[in-house]
Amino acid sequence: MTEKLHEFIEKVKAENASWVADVKDDRDEVTVTVPRESIVDVCWVMKTKHGFDMLADLCGADRGPEEDPRFEVNYHLFSTKHHNRIRLKVLLSEDDPKVTTVTTVWKTANWHERETYDLFGVIFEGHPDLRRILLPSDFDGHALRKDYPLRGYEPYSMN
Amino acid sequence: MGLENTLFESLPDVVTVKLDAVVNWARKSSLWPATFGLACCAIEMMNTVSARNDLSRFGAETFRASPRQADVMIVSGRVSRKMAPVLRRIYDQMPEPKWVISMGACATSGGVFDNYAIVQGVDKVVPVDVYVPGCPPRPEMLVHAITMLQEKIMKESVKDRRDTFEPESRVSIVPGTLPVTEGTALERETEVEVAQNEISRPYTIPSRHERRRSS
Repeated sequence: MTEKLHEFIEKVKAENASWVADVKDDRDEVTVTVPRESIVDVCWVMKTKHGFDMLADLCGADRGPEEDPRFEVNYHLFSTKHHNRIRLKVLLSEDDPKVTTVTTVWKTANWHERETYDLFGVIFEGHPDLRRILLPSDFDGHALRKDYPLRGYEPYSMN
Repeated sequence: MGLENTLFESLPDVVTVKLDAVVNWARKSSLWPATFGLACCAIEMMNTVSARNDLSRFGAETFRASPRQADVMIVSGRVSRKMAPVLRRIYDQMPEPKWVISMGACATSGGVFDNYAIVQGVDKVVPVDVYVPGCPPRPEMLVHAITMLQEKIMKESVKDRRDTFEPESRVSIVPGTLPVTEGTALERETEVEVAQNEISRPYTIPSRHERRRSS
């Protein structure tokens, strides 16, 4: 089942070898690590040529303050015609957590990128409306980072 | 609020006791809740209103969607920090006399959610009259809470609930530190009754509007 996905990846590599940094195939899930400059190009190719027309999920992950690169952004693509799933991963370091937005490719990425910005602090360049979506707008900090305390910094008071 | 207060303030206790009884009976028998179902406790609130445990037997005939037409606000569900100012605004829009029932563990104390996003107890936002524990509380427990609130309402007096000025109403009061006013005839009756049967003492923190009648 994953042979088809590997074929797609070979075709993408044939287009431009620098687009695929790493491929991992684990328990029937294929993950392709993409350098952050070329994520939009890879997404366009995946959507138009190989039929991955649905962005099922866009989420961030924090590997921990000691790791470098610290943040990753995962793009879960799904093909409604062939029922294939593939994951694209972009690794970002802590001092420069910026990546280009994919809202031009899939409109649904709009709110998912807002959520990733809200909870991790990853900045999506070119995003039409990058602001907090889940936490209150005057919230200080990014809540799902590993060094943010569970209980927050101060208890709620109305004053 | 203003009219009854100014009219009855000068009346002797003999008259206001009878008035209290009638007015309180009227208020407790038609407590119309405002829908404030936030999360899972709202489902049990719906159960309480449905046919098996029927809340309108106790006077809660309709749940008004507009807070301006409601008497009691049943906060059912966890209140997030983003929702807390909205909750306060809805509470402010309710006209006096108003009461608050905090339903469920999350509204009472944050419940299982001890984190950055959930307010640890809705009494940090609005003054609460009755707390109902449970996750979620059974419908019968919510009915018991309404009954408890009705008993509490019977103890009030028409002379309470004067209009408060804006800044004063926004100060949060530590529970248990309300000033105790001089007794009216109703208070003396209640204290005797409370001394006689300890079971009828409600386990509640009095709301800001209520002068402490039994401690």
